Amino acid sequence: MSISREEIEHIAELARLKLSDAEIKKFSPQLDSILEYVGHLQEVKINKVAETANVSGLVDVWRADEVKEWNREEVLNALSQGELEAGQVKVKKVL
Amino acid sequence: MNLNELTIKEARQKLISGEISSRALTESCLAQIKKEDKNIQACLLLCEEEALAAADKADVRIKMGETGDLLGIPYLCKDNMMTKGLKTTAGSKILENYVAPYDATVIKKLKAAGAVLLGKTNLDEFAHGASTENSAYGPTHNPLDLERVPGGSSGGSAAAVAANMCLFALGSDTGGSIRQPASFCGVIGLKPSYGRVSRSGLLSMTSSTDVIGPLAKSAYDAAVVLKAIAGVDSLDATTAPEAVEHYDQVMASENMENNQSKKSLTGLRVGWPAEYFLKELNKDVLLRLQEAAATLEAAGATIKKISLPYTKYAVPVYYIITPSEISSNLARFDGIGWGLAKDEATNLQDFYKQTRGAGFGPEVKRRVMLGTYVLSAGYYDAYYKRAQAVRTLILEDFNQAFAEVDVILTPTSPHPAFKIGQQANDPLAMYLEDIFVTGASLAGLPAVSVPAGLVATEDGKNMPIGAQLIAPRLQEASLLRAAKILEKK
Repeated sequence: MSISREEIEHIAELARLKLSDAEIKKFSPQLDSILEYVGHLQEVKINKVAETANVSGLVDVWRADEVKEWNREEVLNALSQGELEAGQVKVKKVL
Repeated sequence: MNLNELTIKEARQKLISGEISSRALTESCLAQIKKEDKNIQACLLLCEEEALAAADKADVRIKMGETGDLLGIPYLCKDNMMTKGLKTTAGSKILENYVAPYDATVIKKLKAAGAVLLGKTNLDEFAHGASTENSAYGPTHNPLDLERVPGGSSGGSAAAVAANMCLFALGSDTGGSIRQPASFCGVIGLKPSYGRVSRSGLLSMTSSTDVIGPLAKSAYDAAVVLKAIAGVDSLDATTAPEAVEHYDQVMASENMENNQSKKSLTGLRVGWPAEYFLKELNKDVLLRLQEAAATLEAAGATIKKISLPYTKYAVPVYYIITPSEISSNLARFDGIGWGLAKDEATNLQDFYKQTRGAGFGPEVKRRVMLGTYVLSAGYYDAYYKRAQAVRTLILEDFNQAFAEVDVILTPTSPHPAFKIGQQANDPLAMYLEDIFVTGASLAGLPAVSVPAGLVATEDGKNMPIGAQLIAPRLQEASLLRAAKILEKK
């Protein structure tokens, strides 16, 4: 199996990644060889085998919905990492 | 002997007796870092002032009569864990100027215990790799041979412990990232059970396998660190509610200190899985593992041949599940609120793409692409769902094996450390580095890499190799007892 240039560009779009022409040329055969390798899973018989997504053995961990004050200094430190306007996190124009 | 070369156990005795101070111990580690790290490049950041202040505080606590296991003990931390007020880069350009606003739970616990944070260690960007060559800040060198990699992704932590820059270091293990570098650098590396240690404040990579654990100079030291960082945490809903054991006391109480003749492992059944010892395995690695088995036998254990038939599918399963979770977890790096922001774009979509395109390195992009692909419409069932089903079969393999044995013995890595650059252009070859370590990760089992001696490299050098022990979930105590016997060699 081989991934086309169009497919690479489509995946990059979905993944919100700007790739250079050189990157597309480099990733294409690399992704091919990785997909060929993981494709070996197709030979495993998995009839009725349940999927495992969680190995913690835990189900539905609940806690009380309590409001906890977050340390003011930590809040300011967290907020000061990006662009702010009037104390609010500034996001890009959506429309 | 220089103070920085002490184990935690030795240093603690000297601290409590007043023979040394935490300040002197900390200064000795800092001096070693300044002397050696030009060549090794294990550390991304040093926090000398904070470290000396913490050491002085620990010295006061010791004078007041406190005797905590880690009080005044200097350590380093992999740079994918949040350290309040200090840069936390994850080895990525996208977080080059990011300062952690709060401490990860493990850091909070170590602070409360009085351990002294010296700085942050290098890693493959976002922990994606097996050699530490994927760091945006350059590779770390193996202290035992500077031309070779230290392994990865916790390569900085392993190299720092091996070079005595600290008494222990924290690493994270998603599919071998504590154990494989421990094997390459000749130190102990413990991956606890999934959920044994809180990940709150660890930058998420593969949430279904990520675990934090220690790299240390002895099994006892690893036990002491695990005891300090383990436990349930309301900030990580996956943490196990079971009580944390006194791993260090379990080891000491068996009178394992000086008396091998007592056969401290009597009754322990050790599994030798055929699928980890295929005929292609490096002959020297096989010899070291046979010696390890003999050591366990001499201590009273019995060796039993077992089979884990789905072993060969662990790496393919891992390299579907891991990129999938990465593509989701790394979606948060969007240039808004924190991290790198590329501001030339005129619309939101281009802003995201430019920021992520400039901020992420090649391996991160590869994994995000791979994950996006296997999760995309039309491929989800064939790849992701199928991988999750095969993951169940891998888990059942281990369950069946643990009906017959108490621990499983394997090599940690198929070979000793390779040369820097040797595999840099072959991502698949790099993925196959994880061949012996992904199984325990997918099954959430505790596993430890213990130095098992030296093997010859292709150019005739002798480099360390690790023996891996795997135990049933939350059985870290039996794992560490066996590890302690192995390390005696």
